[in-house]
Amino acid sequence: MLADNKTSSSDWPEAIYATLERFDVRQVPYVPDAGHSRLIQRVLGSSTMRGIPLTTEEEGVALMAGAWAGGQRGVLLMQSSGVGNCINMLSLIPILRFPFLTLVTMRGEWGEFNPWQVPMGSTTQGVFELSGVQVLRASNAQEVPDVLQAAAAQAYNALTPTAVLLSQRLIGAKVFTK
Amino acid sequence: MSKANLLNRRDVVSALLANRKDVVAIGGLGASTNDICAAGDHARNFYLWGGMGGAAMIGLGLALAQPKLPVLVITGDGEMLMGLGSFATIGLQKPANLSILVLDNERYGETGGQTSHTSAAADLVGVAKSCGIADSRSISTMAEVEAFAKSVHDVTAGPRFANVKVDSAEVERILPTRDGTYIVNRIRGDLGFQPI
Repeated sequence: MLADNKTSSSDWPEAIYATLERFDVRQVPYVPDAGHSRLIQRVLGSSTMRGIPLTTEEEGVALMAGAWAGGQRGVLLMQSSGVGNCINMLSLIPILRFPFLTLVTMRGEWGEFNPWQVPMGSTTQGVFELSGVQVLRASNAQEVPDVLQAAAAQAYNALTPTAVLLSQRLIGAKVFTK
Repeated sequence: MSKANLLNRRDVVSALLANRKDVVAIGGLGASTNDICAAGDHARNFYLWGGMGGAAMIGLGLALAQPKLPVLVITGDGEMLMGLGSFATIGLQKPANLSILVLDNERYGETGGQTSHTSAAADLVGVAKSCGIADSRSISTMAEVEAFAKSVHDVTAGPRFANVKVDSAEVERILPTRDGTYIVNRIRGDLGFQPI
């Protein structure tokens, strides 16, 4: 599937998968999140990508450095709360200069019901920017393909460390209370 | 502080890398990265000067990318303790070409020699084994080090883990290059990858 503007409201994870495949991404470390569940399923069923469950998100940053030394590209899947776990390990990116792309499902915004998600969700973008990672955002399904294409191109071709925030408006706020 | 029955870290690392052939060696932040350099600088040495807790995961990423290449992580007890979860991640992936060896002096040697958790109950071999790294052992003789060094070249039987109790005496500081981009690109070049 090529990037286009016709992505329906439900098949944006497939659009992400297609972009990652097109950019020859091989290692997909992740800490599970409901917003990433369909993409993770797709990756685990892939013959070219290896899904690698982590115990904590910073493992994924180090893994991607090793993958690059061995000639492979990776992408890190996590939710916004995991970004804080990565901070020190993000220092490897400018030092070792490997391609870094992460896709972050957002919590703590747009209709959030859980106050405990709000502090880290509110600082996610700032943490990335202070750490030298450029931030792009997709707020609706229609813009996912273009944003992913731009993010993957600058991360893998221009070695620009990049995070794509997949907004809670896109993935849908969890509803436990009214 | 020197105990007669403990191995010398430099002897251990020299034995590990003496006949390294195509091994990629990753040294964790701290003395272990210096030990690797002391055994002889090499295009396939991955020296870490930061990213504490990340050595084993860098090894995993490299091992998965190059499944026919022996990948050896040599790190310290403090660095390994900070990445304890990576045992579980590696135990799940089971890369047959990945070996991890911890030089366990039960100390944070770079920061003043404060005792680490392995000086008390923490048992890295037990953790590794219970996380699914079946070939996990404690090593106390140079003969066992040499046997482990040989096994590193078998890229069909890993992952494997060894914990070696080493003397905490200070050794001469031998510092490798601190230029991370050079370190990575030198490894990539040696593996046949072009610059982007």
